[in-house]
Parts: sequence; C-alpha cells; structure tokens
Amino acid sequence: MAAPETSTAAVPTLYTNNTLRNAFGGVLSFFILLLIGVMAFSIRLFSVIKYESVIHEFDPYFNYRVTQFLAKNGIYEFWNWFDDRTWYPLGRVIGGTVYPGLTLTAGTIWWLLNSLNIPLSVETVCVFTAPIFSAFASWATFLLTKEVKGTGAGLTAAALLAMVPSYISRSVAGSYDNEAVAIFALIFTFYLYIKTLNTGSLFYATLNSIAYFYMVCSWGGYTFIINLIPMHVLLCIVTGRFSSRLYIAYAPLVVLGTLLAALVPVVGFNAVMTSEHFASFLVFIILHVVAFVYYIKGILSPKMFKVAVTLVVSVGLAVCCAVIAVLIALVASSPTKGWSGRSLSLLDPTYASKYIPIIASVSEHQPPTWPSYFMDINVLAFLVPAGIIACFSPLSDSSSFVVLYIATSVYFSGVMVRLMLVFAPAACITSGIALSQSFDVFTRSIKFQLPGISSSMEVDAVETSSATAEAQNDAVKTEKSEETSKNRPSKKSKKKEKEKEEKPSTKAKAEKRLLALPLDSSVIFLLLLILLGAFYVVHCVWAAAEAYSAPSIVLTSRSHDGLHVFDDFREAYGWLRHNTDVDDKVASWWDYGYQTTAMANRTVIVDNNTWNNTHIATVGTAMSSPEKAAWEIFHSLDVKYVLVVFGGLVGYPSDDINKFLWMVRIGGGVFPHIKEPDYLRDGQYRIDSQATPTMLNCLMYKLSYYRFVETDGKGFDRVRQTEIGKKYFKLTHFEEVFTTHHWMVRIYKLKPPKNRIRGKTKKSKSKTSSASSRGKRSGTGKKNPWQ
Amino acid sequence: MKQPRPMKTFVLQEQGPIELTHATISYFFPKVEASVKTHSSTPMEAPIRATEFLRFTLLSLLFFVCRSSPSHDLLISNAERRIDLTSHIVKVYLTLKVENAGSTPTSEILLAFPPTQVDHLATVEALVTKGKRKKTTLARLDVTPTELPDAPNGTKYFTIYLTNPLNSGESTTLEVLYLFTHSLEPFPAEIGQSESQLVYYRDSALILSPYHIKQQTTFLKTPSTKVESFTRVEPTNRAGTEMKYGPYEDRHPYTFSPILIHFENNSPFPVVEELVREVEISHWGNLQVTEQYTLVHGGARHKGVFSRVDYQSRPNMNGVSSLRYLLARLPPRVHSVYYRDEIGNISSSHLRTDSRKSELEIEPRYPLFGGWKATFVIGYGLPLQDFLFESSDDRRYLNFTFGCPLLDTVVDKLTVKVVLPEGSKDPSAVVPFTVEQHLETKYSYLDVVGRTVVVMEKKNLVPVHNSHFQVYYTFKPIFMLAEPLMLASAFFLFFVACVAYLHIDLSIRK
Repeated sequence: MAAPETSTAAVPTLYTNNTLRNAFGGVLSFFILLLIGVMAFSIRLFSVIKYESVIHEFDPYFNYRVTQFLAKNGIYEFWNWFDDRTWYPLGRVIGGTVYPGLTLTAGTIWWLLNSLNIPLSVETVCVFTAPIFSAFASWATFLLTKEVKGTGAGLTAAALLAMVPSYISRSVAGSYDNEAVAIFALIFTFYLYIKTLNTGSLFYATLNSIAYFYMVCSWGGYTFIINLIPMHVLLCIVTGRFSSRLYIAYAPLVVLGTLLAALVPVVGFNAVMTSEHFASFLVFIILHVVAFVYYIKGILSPKMFKVAVTLVVSVGLAVCCAVIAVLIALVASSPTKGWSGRSLSLLDPTYASKYIPIIASVSEHQPPTWPSYFMDINVLAFLVPAGIIACFSPLSDSSSFVVLYIATSVYFSGVMVRLMLVFAPAACITSGIALSQSFDVFTRSIKFQLPGISSSMEVDAVETSSATAEAQNDAVKTEKSEETSKNRPSKKSKKKEKEKEEKPSTKAKAEKRLLALPLDSSVIFLLLLILLGAFYVVHCVWAAAEAYSAPSIVLTSRSHDGLHVFDDFREAYGWLRHNTDVDDKVASWWDYGYQTTAMANRTVIVDNNTWNNTHIATVGTAMSSPEKAAWEIFHSLDVKYVLVVFGGLVGYPSDDINKFLWMVRIGGGVFPHIKEPDYLRDGQYRIDSQATPTMLNCLMYKLSYYRFVETDGKGFDRVRQTEIGKKYFKLTHFEEVFTTHHWMVRIYKLKPPKNRIRGKTKKSKSKTSSASSRGKRSGTGKKNPWQ
Repeated sequence: MKQPRPMKTFVLQEQGPIELTHATISYFFPKVEASVKTHSSTPMEAPIRATEFLRFTLLSLLFFVCRSSPSHDLLISNAERRIDLTSHIVKVYLTLKVENAGSTPTSEILLAFPPTQVDHLATVEALVTKGKRKKTTLARLDVTPTELPDAPNGTKYFTIYLTNPLNSGESTTLEVLYLFTHSLEPFPAEIGQSESQLVYYRDSALILSPYHIKQQTTFLKTPSTKVESFTRVEPTNRAGTEMKYGPYEDRHPYTFSPILIHFENNSPFPVVEELVREVEISHWGNLQVTEQYTLVHGGARHKGVFSRVDYQSRPNMNGVSSLRYLLARLPPRVHSVYYRDEIGNISSSHLRTDSRKSELEIEPRYPLFGGWKATFVIGYGLPLQDFLFESSDDRRYLNFTFGCPLLDTVVDKLTVKVVLPEGSKDPSAVVPFTVEQHLETKYSYLDVVGRTVVVMEKKNLVPVHNSHFQVYYTFKPIFMLAEPLMLASAFFLFFVACVAYLHIDLSIRK
C-alpha cells in the first residue's frame, strides 16, 4: 500500500514532500502491522512454552481427529465419513454434521507444507492454526477499522485485538476450535461488506460472499452475520441512507452467500428454511422495494409519483399481509418456530434452562458475570462508550455498522459467555477508534500550543492527523469519490482520494486550532491514556500466560517443592488405548467423549456433539441409578468400561460429582423415574453423611468413592471439603480395572453377566438361559480354573 | 491350579539320565505337538500325546539311526554350565574343555541346541583362553549357525571356529556365553495384583552335545530362594538361590534329561516388541536420534482388578512384578531429550548427565503389569563430532551403537534407520552381526532429491547387541548449502515478483 504513492511518476512537485511522507507512513504502518501479527501469534504461544505443544480441552480433540482423518484419507472420504467410534450404536455422519472450515483449513496447510517437503505432523499444524489465524484476524481488524475511521484507528484496533484476552482464551496454541478461524472470517466478512459499502464495487461484493461462505464453513455463528448485515441495511434504509452502494453491498451477498452456504452439508437447505435466515430475505425484499421506489421516483414527476404510491401501497399492503400471514402460519407450525435451541436461548435467555438442560449444562452457554467482562476485555469496557460516541461524529454508513455491531454483540455476550468472543472484536474496534481519536485530539492540542514547534510542525500535524481527517471527511469523501470512482479499479480511485484529501485537511486545520485543549491537561490525559494502554497490555499478557494457557488435560500445581504435574487424563486414555480391546465401548459423561475417541481410540456412547438428547439422558440415568439398574443399562448398550473423573483426592473441582446434578436433570428429562429432589437434601446438593440414600447408592457416587476411604482413613473429599457419607461399600456389578496416579480418572469394567446369575437361581436354569444367549462366554468361564 | 499337576508328576517320573525317547521328545520339543504353547496351561496335552505316539516313535527311531553321524574325534573332558535365571534374559555360561581324541587336527567345534531353544537364542559368543596361568587373555572366536543334514530331531548347531586348529591329543578351554529370551514361562499364566510371579524354566540337566562328555556339572541361579519345585536328576543339590545338577560322568552324545524348575521371578519382563531407531545425520553439527518403542510386560498376565489404593499403599506386596520405570543409557553430551507418545509429552522422566554417559530414567504413563502395553518415543540430539568420522579413503562414517539403549530389555524386532544427508552417495553398513539391510529414500525439510536411508533390521536382541556399527558414505559439503540457497532464491523471487507487481499497471483504462 506504500508503493503506489512512491511509484507514481507524475507527482506534482508541490506534493513530493507529502508523497514521501505518505510512503513513509505506509511503510511504517506495514511494519507495525507485521509486528502486530507477530505479537498476536507469539502471545498465544505461552501454552506451548509453559506446557507443551498439545491439543487443548475437549472439542479441539474432535477437530484434531477429523483433521487426522482428512489428512489420511482425503477430502472425498471425509465427506462420506460415517464415524462408528462414537454415539454407539447410532454412530455419527461426520462429513454432514461438522462445520468443515477449520478442518479443511488445517488440512490444506498440512498438505501444502508436506508437498513442500516440510514434514510437520498434523498435530503441529493443528496446534498452530489458531495463533496464525489470530494474526490474520488482527490484520482484518485493521482493514475494517481503517475503512471506518482511518489508518490510525485501524492500527490501534488491530493491536488491541491481537491481545484481547477474550479472543486469546479461544485461540491459544493448541486451542484448535472453530472459533479460531471463525473470528477471522467474521471480521473479514464485515470488512468486505464495509469495503463494498464504501466503494460500491461488485468485486468486493463477490469477495464478501466468498468470505461469508468461509464463515459458514467455519462456525455456526455465521447466523450472526446474516442477521447483523440485514439489520444494518434496514437501518440505512430507515435513516434515509439508501444508495446504490448499499444495494451492491447487500443483494449479491444474499443471493451468492445463500447459494454458497447451501453447499455446506451441515447447513444445506437450512440456509433457506430456518428462521435464522429469514431476516436476510425479508430485508432483501424490502431493499428491492425501496430501490424500485427510488427508481420510480426518478422517472416520474412528483405528482404522478404520489398517485403511484397510494396505488401501490393499497394493493401492496393487501398482498404483503397475505404473504406475511402465510409465512407466520408456516413458521408457527413448527414447534420451535423454526429456530434452533441455541438461537432461541439467545433470544430468550431463560429458554434453555427451562426446556433444554443439555444446552444449559454447558458452562460456556451460561451468562457471563461482570468480573468476566473485566477479565475478558479489561479496559476496553471503558473505552467502548467513547468509541461509540466517536462513531457518531460524524455518523457514516460504516460507523453506523460498527455501532450496530457493538450494540447487538453486547446483548449476545450478555446471554452466553461463549459469545464474548463475538463481542471482543467489536469492543476492540470501537476502543481502537476511541483511543486513536483521543490521542489525535491530545497530540494535536499539544502541537498547536507549543509555540516554537507549531509553525514548523504544521505540515507534520496535517500528516499525523491525516488519518482522522480522512475519517472525519469520510461522509463527504465517499459521496465525492462515488461519482469519480464508480467504475474504476480501486487502486486508482484510492490514489485519487489521497490527492483530494490534502485540500480538505488543510481546511480542517483552521477548525482544529480552535478545538485545542489546554496544554497541561492534554499532557496529563495523554499520560493517563498511555497508562491505560500499559495496564491493558500487562493484563493481556498475564491472561495469556496464566489464565488461558492451561491445556486442561494436563494440570499443574505449584507447591513449595516445585511444580507438580497431574497428567492423569492422558494416563487413563493411554491405558485404554493400549490395554483394552479395540472394539470395547467406553461409557463416560459426554464431556470426555471427544477425548476418549481421539486419545484412547475407543468407541464411546456419547460425546461433546450433543445431538441426541435421549442417548445422553440414558447415560445420565445410568450414572444416577443404583448399581444393578446401571449395569443393566450399560450392558444393554454393550458397554465394557465405565470411566469416571474424580477430583476428590487432589481437589480437582470440575469432576463428575460436581457435574452430577446435570446428569440427573438431563436423565430425568427423558426418564421421569429419575427425580432431582431425590438427590438433594433440603434443596442442597451434598455427598456427606447428610446426603440422601438415593445419592449415596447411585452409580456415580459408588464409582467415584470406591475404596476412597482407604487413602486417608476418613474419606475426606478435598473438592467438597467434607467427609464422604458412605465410606465402606462393595461393588457387585463393576470392578475397578484402572485408577490413575492421582485418582482423577477411574475406569471400571462391567462384570460379565454370569456373576449376576450365580447363586441367585439354580445352576441348571442359568445354564440353559446363558447357553442360548451367551453360550460362549459361560463356556469359557466354566473352563477357567481360576475363577 | 489343577492342570499342571499331571504334567509335573509325569516329568518327575523321568528320573535319572535317559536317552531320548518319545516321551522326552514330546516334552522337550513342545513345538512338535499341535496345540502346546509355551506360555499357557495345556490341559489338552495328554490326548494329543496319545494320538501322536506313533509319530514320536518314528522320530526317535530316526534319531537313533542318525546320532552316530557327527565326528567322534572330539570329546569334552570337562563341562561346566552356569545358568543365570535372575532376570528374564537367561544367561548361560558354558565352560568346555575340548580334547581332540582323533587323529586329524580340527578347528571346528559344534554346539548343539534343541530347536525350541534356538528360537529363543539371542546370541552365542565363544571365547578361548590363551596363554598360561597369569597371562590368560580371552580371544573372541567366530560362531556361525550351521545346518547339518543328519541333525537328529531338528537339533540346531552352531560351529565355533578355532583360530588355531586343535591337533590330535591337544585340548583347549572354551568359554561360551549364550542368552535366551522368552524362555521363562509364567505359571500361572495370569496373576492378580498381589500375587508374585512364578515361572517355569525348562532345560536339560545334561548338556546337549554331539560329543562325548566325560564330566559335566550344571549350576542354576534363581533370583530368590523361593523355588516351588524342580526336577531331580541325581545328584541334585539346592542351596539358597543356587541349584547344582551333577556332576555327571561319561555321557554319550545327545544324551538328554529334561528338567523343569518352577520358581519365583518377580523382576519385570520388559519386552520391546518393536523398536524403530532413526538416526538422522545433519552436517550442520547434529545427530538426531528418534526411537519408537512398543513396550510390553512379558511376564505373567495381569488378571482382574487393578487397585490403585493397594498399589500405592503397599508397594512391596502389590504389583511386585510390575514395571515401574526403565533406565535408558544414552551417549554423553546428549541434548534436547524428549519422551512422549502419540498423545503428548510424558512428564515422568529424569535425565542425569555426566561426562561419560547420560542416563534417562523413564516411567511409562502407567505401571505396566503383565501383558500391558505402552508405546512411546524417545528422541535426543547428539553432537556430530562424537559420532561422525572421516575414513582414510575420503569417505565419512557414522559410528553408532546398534541395540536398544534401555537396560535389561529384550527387543523382538529392531529396525535401525540411518538417514544420511541429502546428496550423500555409496552408503554401506558394517555391522558386527548379520542383519537384513536395504535402502530407502526419505524426504525431510525442503528436500528435493530425498535422503538415502540405510535400513537395518534384526530380530531378538538383547543388551549384548549394543555394539557399534558403522555406516560409510561419501558426501560433498557443497550440498549443505543447497537448501539455504534454495530458500534465499525463493524469497528473492518472491520480492522481485512483489516489486514487479507494484510497478505494473494492469488497468485497461488509464
């Protein structure tokens, strides 16, 4: 972007100096951007440095496994992949139920590197995908903010986004999740929309559709785009900002974008059939009506126009009413009004907790607390209002988009903590605008107040504030450039703009002189702003290094005798992988499903893709049933091993006992004989001697605390800070086959069925019954002399 | 626990030295039988034995016909055998005093092994003592497997080649060392967590030899005093951890007397089922070694419950034979050591380095009980100057250890891959024992033509095989610059393209 200016040969001598300065500014901002990219990448490497290069948490393991499959078998196999390792016995069609963007991206990177003979493993590529894409995201933020408020704001926003903790939390190295690429796609789509809106270029409109397609591939959050952009279009129409640029920005996006979105298997016809997309079509119609009205207005005389309006309105209203009535009837006929559960819980925050416990049980679907705002966006929370104000002076098409973006994302982030991620870029953009505007004001005041410098620095001042000048004159400029640059290549038009811009900025200088603030106060405010920025940086580095770097499969604790590593999860998965039969089924709560399939390579009953509520409820019911009933449920599911996570020995709080109430709730939602009050004593969830007998006899309690009392003699649970209620008990239908070093994962095996029959009924009877159904098992059992 | 008894009593009936009969063959050559495995109880043995009676009779007939064939020139005047059963690798030290009773000088001495033992034989070494009294030095002799056409019952032979032929009437003393792997059969084959591991060892009280042995003694050393049972072939003594069979006088060639010892061996049986060692040479000064292990505990299989609370609170009584850690002896000046498996780093390892060696103590993710498996990768870098040398004919050679760096482990299959730098030519490997060799091509960082890989494969390795091997190749240092130059030119072209793009105006309308 620096080169065009320097390369123009026919520059008037008057502007030579300024062109050089422009070129210098361009090169400078290029290097700043490069550094921002490097920072965005490297701040996310704390997890690799402090821990190891490993995939984090739960969902990334699934994505990793899918990527491995893709790398091994190719794209066609991937689309047709039916995964029989999960949701046993149902299985899952991976190719048709997964957002393929992330996987395809990492798979492509891997393929590219390998074809260049750079033998990186799939795991390495997956680990570093998120940091790479956060660098891209910060560049996209620069582009977007530059379109809105100029280069200065763009750079500030990019720097802020590069290290905003909310985004870091989802994109540290190893956090190989959809959001890692989706946030880039989101910002880039917005940028292209704004770019199209500012230039009216069909080229950018097409790019916009492609970026939108990438977003649809990557994340279910694409519905945010396809609702936000129509909202903005509607806003523009309502506020009388309709223009042909708006039409070009929107109409191709809807048509092309919807067509492309329908290509993604997981979306398919949802792109036209669900209510999430309805708004876009409605606005599409409205836009055409408005465009038509403008056109009619142009060719008719005012008088004729009035007549035409009354005619059309009366007829049109009738037709519209009919159409709307049909639509409403169609929508209302479906039970969820055509909205998916997650979207509904966005619109009505209490929806999920009322109707779908499985959505409510996920921690990232909970509403955030106020401290989490401060934790995740820190000082940006204070800068956002200033940024919104800056967007209003003056309000352009693009800045109104930013205002709309932040307003909606604030609401969404208030509903689900997960959507803080969508809010963070908006916060960064507005804060970037606020910061750069205020810097601009203060530095300008200082410059004009220093008498010695002011005269010599005049040109300088123009130069540094040219960014803002550009932004402030945005409305004027875009109107002007619209005519001049309608069909021109963008490079050329940009050059024109740059040249044009010089004049108004010198004019603006006179006005700015009047706006100057007192010297001392502006210096103080400047220092305070720098302090604020420094505080933000310190907080971000802390968050990246301490709060969000843990991979959550490896835990560490610092004690007086050094670092202690808890690697129990992988110990258990490693054991399962090597010491159980390849076709054995492992039952656990769904949280550990993805990890079990990826790390242990064993078939699971339920996993983190919670698509079948009944199946999860079955496992929940088994966990909350007494041993015998649980055994029967598990046996009917062909389960051989049951895995529970238990933190009571070392004080690991997110263990299965703490999640247990959700199992009861989800189980009880489908199987009414499981009642939540049975597990609560006076509304309190407890596992000590006051606990209810149902609680003390359920499978989860027994599997968690089996022989726990023998560790310290009392059975003191360090998570619940209490002694357990039932200390000595035996397992009759399960046997412990593996417990990890710190007891965090315990694996039990279902005893074979003959043990159940023996001693209860007569031998002859059991023989006949077992010989028919499982003759082989009892046959070998009889021969085994050590049993 | 009922099945073993018939077999045991059956064996004990065979008192005293006997000639090979159908019964002993069927005992000592269980491979002949259809279903008898070496490591499980064999309740089906008796019926099969009955049905195959005829066959064994034939075999033994054949044997008697054949046995007179090997040369009777040599005789062994004194043989002493010490069998070390303390670990899972059975070490046999055999001292033979060989006398040439014939008329012609001979330089070949045969060692005979039953076929079942040959399968488990990892190595045979023979040394001859030279010099008189104080100045005795040991000289290594060549030992090669030999096929004799008239070997009775599939007996396998190894020939020791003496450096100086043994003239008639002369005698010499040979020290023979051979190691068996997988020769201790756990019985019971499955044990619980708190039980100790008991094993069978089968051998002959008499040394199988094609020569007449005048006097022979066999000593067996067990790891503990706990011996459940053992076959008596009088005179047999047992004192502490040592058992003595013999001395037996004047035994004919191929005399054979099966013995079975059932004793406690609580040492873990670390068996590396497959080990792939990749040694990558970089002429920039680094030798990168990557070792992929598939480890299994080869002892008695774990049965039933694994209780962590018992394992942690009573470590002396619980899981005594479990494999808790392994020690790898790495070369000195080792750096960037890692220890991981397919799901990430394994944090339980310690590295101790000093100027002479490096020791890496690794714990598997979980303690290995009998039959449990684990896979892991160890990787490390080494300074190149310690291992790469220039030979006299302007070639370079890598001098590196062949076997497995883990102490006291058996490797069932070892593949050593030496990745030579790109552009190296004429590779040849010199290994002190026979290995299967072939060449491969590997593409690593930014390779264009690929790197030559010398692949060597060997089965059934013991720590004795940790000797040095050499890989010779020619390499021109100019190839070292190929990749940096390639990268530099690629970037140069990229920037040129950028400059060109910015200077070209592609718009149609000016």
